[in-house]
Amino acid sequence: MSDSDGPLDRVLGPQRPRWLLGAVGLSAAFFALPLVGLLARVPWRDVPTILARPAVLTALTLSLAVAAMAMIGALLLGLPLAWVLARWQFRGRLLLRGLVMLPMVLPPVVAGAALLAAFGRRGLLGVWLAGIGVSLPFTTAGATLAATFLATPLFILTVEAGIAGLDPRLEAAAATLGAPPRLILRQVILPALRPALVAGIALAAARALGEFGATITFAGNRPGVTQTLPLAAYELLQTDPDAALAVSLLLLLISFALVLLAWGSLRPGPGAGPAPR
Amino acid sequence: MSLRARVVAHAGAFTLAAELTVASGETVALVGPNGAGKSTLGQCLAGLLPLDDGDVLLDGRVLERPAEGIRLPPQERGVGLVFQDRLLFPALNARDNIAFGLLARGMPRRAARRAADGWLERVGLTAQADLHPDQLSGGQAQRVALARALATEPRLLVLDEPFAALDVAAQRDLRRLVAGVLADGDGVKLLITHNPLDALTLADRVVIMEGGRVVQCGDADDIRRRPGSAYVATFVGLNYLRGTLRRGPTGISVDTGSGQLRVASTDLPDGAAVVATVHPRAVLLSLTEPATSARNTLYGRIATIDRLDDRVRVTVDCRPLLIAEVTDEALGMLRLVAGMPVWALVKATEIDVQALGAS
Repeated sequence: MSDSDGPLDRVLGPQRPRWLLGAVGLSAAFFALPLVGLLARVPWRDVPTILARPAVLTALTLSLAVAAMAMIGALLLGLPLAWVLARWQFRGRLLLRGLVMLPMVLPPVVAGAALLAAFGRRGLLGVWLAGIGVSLPFTTAGATLAATFLATPLFILTVEAGIAGLDPRLEAAAATLGAPPRLILRQVILPALRPALVAGIALAAARALGEFGATITFAGNRPGVTQTLPLAAYELLQTDPDAALAVSLLLLLISFALVLLAWGSLRPGPGAGPAPR
Repeated sequence: MSLRARVVAHAGAFTLAAELTVASGETVALVGPNGAGKSTLGQCLAGLLPLDDGDVLLDGRVLERPAEGIRLPPQERGVGLVFQDRLLFPALNARDNIAFGLLARGMPRRAARRAADGWLERVGLTAQADLHPDQLSGGQAQRVALARALATEPRLLVLDEPFAALDVAAQRDLRRLVAGVLADGDGVKLLITHNPLDALTLADRVVIMEGGRVVQCGDADDIRRRPGSAYVATFVGLNYLRGTLRRGPTGISVDTGSGQLRVASTDLPDGAAVVATVHPRAVLLSLTEPATSARNTLYGRIATIDRLDDRVRVTVDCRPLLIAEVTDEALGMLRLVAGMPVWALVKATEIDVQALGAS
């Protein structure tokens, strides 16, 4: 039995027509080629020494720290918003959604400029912040703010879909069983949302890790303070292309792992628990 | 225990205005067409939908009375609700789904799991304890949902269409389990259903709702004798007779206590508790003693004649009591009136015999 002889096939023809396979091959090549190009140019023998350079290690540590904080930021800022967008019907919901999703499509440089206008030393909020001695531009906190700003929408998009797929009557059922809201959240809602939360956090981390435009605009490019891996890679590209390729390879591997983690988590599986006996 | 509810609630253009009293230990079937407000009433009792007026009292305790600003949350009502589509917690296995309500009541996890295992055994799912809801069949999932609700020992148990969306075999098994649950204990039990047989076999009393109101209530015989509307007539339109199967030398019959009905072949053993159903259209009426092939010829007087839309239902006080559905034309031709003696004829092959769920 072939894999394309379902009952509909007699009407619709084989489900995997050759022309579609051809088109898919072309698309896949389009996405794969730049990666192959990168991999072909990577100076494999020098990769360990390049990645062990203090400057690279500093940028890596900073990147991981910024991404970790952006993950927490996305969770704290994104979860309530995702809940409200998925569950509540209210005037201005479309507007709120547009607002929240905007950073995803905005040119990152524009996002950085906007952040400067708000949190910069002469910014809307920045003036007041400076009054209490807080300055965000060109600091690690600023880099984190930029990464969070750009990563949170992806988290919201993913988690909102998860919440929308959660039957609100589950909470009603739990309430009739005597469960207080805290227990419902812990035992029913969060476990059911786990795949979406893991995926959302992984995608947000990947986005934060790759952040460039807003960071360099808002936080600058200060080694050890705001120079994350992408910024370091960009700088190296002009002085030491081989080192830039090695750093790019590292970023590529981390991002790919995070994307696989995200989609693996969303893949339908048997519950969220152990396999059947 | 007892339930006394006067429920007034609005949902959009729909108004629910229903009164319901259920005695301790009693099972009431809540029936009605789609959109009658049965499930809404169940959810109001459970505290999932607020009342606009009226009150709900369970064992004399006021669960809700908007006029006095009283409204207990679902958690504090002791009302167990089993939903048609189960609503098991997807991330918990069968055991933990059942243990959930016990944990919510502060039982330590180990004790709750042990109790859940006891329930799994009672509903015949010991082997499925570690499976998640998406690994259970519909019937198994509904058993877990039932056990989950029962484990918290609710004082009012509401079963909302528990047999819907199940295949025939699963329905049969679950019906046996539910019959045992409903017959057991002194709690108040509400069975929401659209299946006449379930309402008549599993409940002590039937409450019929239409358009958000209770239109009729009574035991099975009351409602069969005097259906209050076309819907009710269709709903309980069947001649429905409980009895015992008798296999004799001259053939098979059902002894209903008040009389015997000859039936066609069946696999059920002698002495089995059965339900015999006959559609009123299959009951013929004759003014003279007929000589026909019909195996059942029962003599009695016409008790009532009810006209419902285009149908005429004639209740004949024979043994057992039978309802015949005739056309207006036949009614006029035979000049049937209440009190008139007639023969009711039923072919043995028109009688459907099924084992009673609880047996």
